Amino acid sequence: MNVYNRFSLCTFVLLMCSVATSHAQQTATALHQRANAAMCSNCHGTEGKTVDGSAVPSINGMPKDYMVLQMKAFKDGTRPATVMHQLTKGLTDAQIESIASYYASNKR
Amino acid sequence: MKRRNFVQASLALGSMGSLASMVACSTTGRIPEKARVVVVGGGYGGATTAKYVRMLSNYQIDVVLIEPDSVFVSCPMSNLVIGGSKNMADITTPYDNLSGKHGVNVVRDYVSGIDATKKTVTLASGPSIRYDKLVLSPGIELMFNSIEGLKQASASGQILQAWKAGPETSNLRKQLVDMPDGGVFAISIPEAPYRCPPGPYERASQVAHYFKQNKPKSKVLILDANQDVTSKGTLFKKFWADNYKGILEYIPQHNVTAVDAKTNTLKFEVQNDIKANILNVLPTMRAGTIAVQSGLANANGRWCGVNYQTFESTQAKDVHVIGDSILPAPAMPKSGHMANSHGKVVAAAIVAQLSDLAVNPEPFLTNTCYSFVNDKYVVHVASVHQYDSKDKTYKTVPGSGGLSAAPSELEAIYAWNWAQNIWNDTLS
Repeated sequence: MNVYNRFSLCTFVLLMCSVATSHAQQTATALHQRANAAMCSNCHGTEGKTVDGSAVPSINGMPKDYMVLQMKAFKDGTRPATVMHQLTKGLTDAQIESIASYYASNKR
Repeated sequence: MKRRNFVQASLALGSMGSLASMVACSTTGRIPEKARVVVVGGGYGGATTAKYVRMLSNYQIDVVLIEPDSVFVSCPMSNLVIGGSKNMADITTPYDNLSGKHGVNVVRDYVSGIDATKKTVTLASGPSIRYDKLVLSPGIELMFNSIEGLKQASASGQILQAWKAGPETSNLRKQLVDMPDGGVFAISIPEAPYRCPPGPYERASQVAHYFKQNKPKSKVLILDANQDVTSKGTLFKKFWADNYKGILEYIPQHNVTAVDAKTNTLKFEVQNDIKANILNVLPTMRAGTIAVQSGLANANGRWCGVNYQTFESTQAKDVHVIGDSILPAPAMPKSGHMANSHGKVVAAAIVAQLSDLAVNPEPFLTNTCYSFVNDKYVVHVASVHQYDSKDKTYKTVPGSGGLSAAPSELEAIYAWNWAQNIWNDTLS
């Protein structure tokens, strides 16, 4: 194996390692996002699907922009609530975006 | 491909194939020699953990759940059975979906021993199971010996706790139904921390409501070892003053030290004895028996210290403790909702660790707790707890959480829907 080939093999291995690392990071981020979003499912059902006849609405498949607007309206008090105004005040805007993205990506 | 890499690849791909095909190989009830994850206790914490390890690993990590009871009976809402507006069937859920739908191997047994060095749990029936990760969610142990005479009175069925929902729930209901009008029901509360801070006050409200409707000459006494009502105090006290005046009496700073079952009498540290027709005595509580026996209750011998990011015991590697058994972070209640939230954080941490992935650096927890003040009106307390990586604990987010403005019928609808949805989220 000449020097060039050795170099290119090293580059290839490093590149693959970096692809694997970035892949692992993405997988971890997706896992954390899903687990964080599951904090809603105590009331809104697993994967955002409530039981039949529930007054608490399902949130799976809800359009992201709509959900973000509603969560922020609860948070700033413009949408009245019994409990959601208190819970959304515990979330950052980034957490709200992440949760809304997760449920928007779920099929109804 | 190494197995953990396979799990990682599968996590990235999302659910592979149909759920049914993946869980078809579930072998519920069979006791394996080894499981990657063993969960002890099928309450809000343990059942949620078992389900979410399966879900978050896209059904790649096998889970054994060890639970002695054949069905799940919910503590939240069990006060409604005592008050008479719900029955036991309303608060009971089978474990079938955990096995049938999620492939959790549900083994009906007790754990009699844990060897954290060999990484095995031993079942009361004899066999041992090896694990990579162990999750203990054994709830609470009622320390009957902390009150003189209570152990015998409890064993005979005369003085009930009904703090673990089940047969004692319906037995306490029966005592109330059998009690003549003009009788006295007394509930005693231990010093905090104990399971379900507002639970005793909700129960007293339920009994007062039942008396008001059916036995108007009867009385409810709350004998509280604490300085004041420990949760939702202003809401409870206003509702009692407006609705149960002359029926319900709240008496703080009364710490029960002994019971006399022959005369149905409570004895206190300082004050005079109190007699009642029905005594509902809640003794001091600590972590579930198996956690204490295994040496994991390293906070005052009562509660289990954990690393809050992963809920791994500070006492034993690869042993995680969740739910009512843990030494709580500041302002973290011992509640079913909180245990369900713990279950999701621990499930995600374990899936990450078994897949060589980073653990969530910033998990958070939510809690919503509803109390029925009669059969139609409800009050709540809610909170959000964010993990702080610098101080390695959860802190309630400033400005978040809070109480109901006032009791309402709307919240009663939400409360019952909360129950149905969390039972589904925990068990189905």
